[in-house]
Order: sequence, then structure tokens, then C-alpha cells
Amino acid sequence: MATVLESVGKRTLNDLDYVGSLNIQLWATLRAMRTALPFVGNRYRWQATVRQMLQIGVDALPMVSLMAICTGFILAMQGASELRRFGALNYVIDLVAVGFTRELGPLLTAIAVSGRSGSSFAAEIGTMKVTEELDSLRVMALEPVEFVLAPKYLASLIAVPCLSVACNVCGIFAGALFMFFSTHLSPALYFHDVMDSIQLHDVITGLIKTVAFATIIAHVGCLEGFRVRGGPDSVGRSTTSAVVKSTFIVILADAIFTTIFYFTVKS
Amino acid sequence: MPIISIRDLVVEYDGRRVLDRLNLDIEHGETMVLLGGSGSGKSTLLRQIIGLERPKSGSVTIKGVDITRCSEAELKKLRHSIGVAFQSAALFNSLSVEDNVALMLREHTALAPSIIDLMVWMKLAVVGLAGFGKLHPQELSGGMKKRGAVARALALDPEILVLDEPSAGLDPIVAAELDELILLLKEAFQMTVIVVTHEMPSAFRIADRIAMLYKGTFSSVGTKEEIQASQNPRVRQFLDRVPGDMAHISAVTAYFEEYFQTQEAYQ
Repeated sequence: MATVLESVGKRTLNDLDYVGSLNIQLWATLRAMRTALPFVGNRYRWQATVRQMLQIGVDALPMVSLMAICTGFILAMQGASELRRFGALNYVIDLVAVGFTRELGPLLTAIAVSGRSGSSFAAEIGTMKVTEELDSLRVMALEPVEFVLAPKYLASLIAVPCLSVACNVCGIFAGALFMFFSTHLSPALYFHDVMDSIQLHDVITGLIKTVAFATIIAHVGCLEGFRVRGGPDSVGRSTTSAVVKSTFIVILADAIFTTIFYFTVKS
Repeated sequence: MPIISIRDLVVEYDGRRVLDRLNLDIEHGETMVLLGGSGSGKSTLLRQIIGLERPKSGSVTIKGVDITRCSEAELKKLRHSIGVAFQSAALFNSLSVEDNVALMLREHTALAPSIIDLMVWMKLAVVGLAGFGKLHPQELSGGMKKRGAVARALALDPEILVLDEPSAGLDPIVAAELDELILLLKEAFQMTVIVVTHEMPSAFRIADRIAMLYKGTFSSVGTKEEIQASQNPRVRQFLDRVPGDMAHISAVTAYFEEYFQTQEAYQ
């Protein structure tokens, strides 16, 4: 019994320590973020931010678009198979448009970015730690949070919402293709219905989620990198851990946000 | 007044004492070699001197500032006058060699890019890498990486140059070249040089004084002539390459007996 309690207690303390570390890192990054901004910050940090934006956003665009088109198609087909029985096939448009804007767009994007960039952050920072590059930064009077983390976080904050909007567009476009081939509904009419079904708060809640997901992915990925101890095998473990943890926390956060918006935002 | 003064320095990791009440003064313009076997605490002492870790007690005073108690801002300012080349070179793999060297100049000075380029070329020329600035660290040999790290450490013309195991893993010819480079730098720039090593020929070639570490304490500190003439058993063991207890068959037998007894006690 004591052993079970001990292990539960130890696990709880570890989890609290992790959450505490994430918080400390987040505040340190927010303080250092000014240096990564254009015009007012350090131009080398802004250049690093732009490079990161290209990696997180532009490089992921083909994958995210393809994922969104497939998911849009699947959602439209599954929805149509049920709604057709009630003669409510036109509600497929609402299902795809609202589903993507509020939920699937941000979530699919977050899962893709977590797998691509979250793991890359952990591997990059972990390797820098193993090869003493982080120590090197400190002895050069450069803060790793400012030099490494701030550009990554700022880039995530910009690239993930943009990627999410692209994901929404691709998903909704897939719905248009399905409706065109299954019911010969013209794309113009489809997009007119899409604009009718999506409300401003759907877009805003979706964007709020993407900002939160970007924060989770960037910080979990970087924290896993900073927590690397030992040799290269530890970098591999931290990379896996970054993807698993960030995906889990993203889904958890999504559930919390959806619950909050369900009770607070009226359609 | 010594440029670096270490007083009663105690460092512990998880209750295990790694450095035990160390006292050492390093004079301006002196080359001090920290000599000792693996696990003797050389690298730990080095990390204390460059302010990467805080001790359990004691002080490390550099240019009159106690870096164990000073603020982060003071430490950052002080770090501009310390150049460090790590054992693994720790050059940033994402940057070319010249960008590695230029980094501190770009971050900490307001020099024009053309002046920075000139200074970078000069630093690389000093270490014999003038034609290799465009290459990335992964394209360099081990010896070239170490010289690149020295060039980066020299970027801001530091008063103190710290080198961690500069000749480790290098062939004797390249190691000898690095020794000559250290002597040249000291002669040309009148720097205080601290070198951590366990390579005896290198230590006796470059040192003004040698501090010999054994199990976290200084077993002997003196000029190279004094160290060579020392009758201290630890120094003699190191200089004469006398194997330790673990190499004796009786010690190995005792170890196994103890191990088997422990296993029986568990069963």
C-alpha cells in the first residue's frame, strides 16, 4: 500500500514539477520576447524567427493541406451518409464549415506541428545541450531562452494560426468537392452557404485555440530539449516525449477550451 | 592582486562532495594548468570559474567581483572579458565558422558589419583558419574545430582565456600545434590562460604554474619545475604513470567477492 502511495506521490510531484517548469519557462520567454520582435528587437533574433516561421509554417503547408483535404472529405462523406436519411444533406456544409473552423482545423494543425516542429525543437535544443552549445551561449553572455526559445515561440504564435486558417480552407474546399460530385451543388452556392454558417465567434474561438496550441507545442518541445541529461540516447527519448506530451496536452486543452466555449459562447 | 581568486570552494552534487575547500590564486598574465585524472574535479572547477554553476559554499572572485554572489547582470558583464573554448569545441552547427566567431561581436558591440568581417578574419587567421570561415563545423576536422572554438573565444579580446581539454582526442602533432598556439596567444595578447588537461607533455609545455587536483582537492600547486620535482605521492603517481589500486588483481578479486556476498545476502 505504502509503495503504491509512494509511487503516486512521486508521480504527482514530478507532474507538478513539469507544470511548474513550463510556467517558469513561459514567463521567461514572454520577458525575452521583445528581442525577437521586428523593428524594436534584435534583428538577428527576428531573422531567426522568420527562418523558424518558414520551417514551422511554409514547410508544413503541403502536409497539413493534404491532411485537411482528406479529413474534409471523410467528414463530408460520413456526415452525408447519416444526414441523407433525414433529407438534411445540405447540413453537410454546416458540419464541415463549422467543424473545421471551430475544431478540426486547429486540432489537425496542432497535431501536425507537434509531430514536425515540437520534435524538432526538442532534438535541436537537446543536441545543443549535449554538445555544450547551451553552455557556450551562457559563457558568451547570451541567454538560451532569448537566443533559442523566444524566436521559436514567436514563430509558432504566428505560423500555427496561419497554418490553421490554411487547414480550414483546405478542409472546407474538400467539402465543396464532395458536394459537387455527390449532389452537383455548385461551388459558388456551397461557399455562399459556408459564409452563412460560419460566424465570427467560430473563427475567433478557433484562433484562440491555435494560439494556445502553439504555446503548448513550442514550450513542451523546448522544455523537453532543455531537460536532456546525458548523451545522444537521451535526445531521442526527449524527442519522443515532446511529441507524446504535446499531443496529449493539446487534446486536453482542446477539451477544456471546447467546454468553456460551449457554455460561454452562444450561437 | 590576483585576477582570479578561489576561496574555500565547496561543490556538492546530490550530497557527494566533488570539490572540497579549494583555494587558488591566478595572477594576471599567468598560464595556469589544472591537471588531474578523470573524475578529479577539473571540469567542475572550470565550470565554477566561468560561472556556469554556483557552489555550495566558498567564493570565486574574478577581477574583484565574487561571481558566486553577484547579480546576473554583473556576471554577464564580466563574461565579456572571459573567452571559453569547450572540450567538445561547442561551435554552433547551424552557423558557419565565421558566423560563430562573429556572433559575440554582433551581439555585444555596435561595430559596422565590415569591421566585424575584418575582425573575424583576423581571429581566424590567428588560429590558422583564415580560409575556412565559410565552412560549417561539421565540415571541419577535430583539430580545426578546437581552433575554431579558440578563435570564437578570442572574439572580444578577453583578458582571461579558458580552455577545457584542448588537446583531448587529437593526434600528437595537432595537439603540439595547439600548445604552440596557446603560447603565441599568451605572448601576443598578454592574456591570463587557464587550461584544463590531463596531457602531461602539453601541461609542461604551456604552464607557468600547475595545480594538481586529486579527488576534489589540490594535492599540489606550483611552477612546472616544482611539480616535476615534487615528492608528493599523488603527483608522482600521475607523473610516473603508476596504475591505481583497481589495476591490481587483489583489488579486482576483493571487488567480486564483495559483489557475490551482496547478491547472497539478497537471496
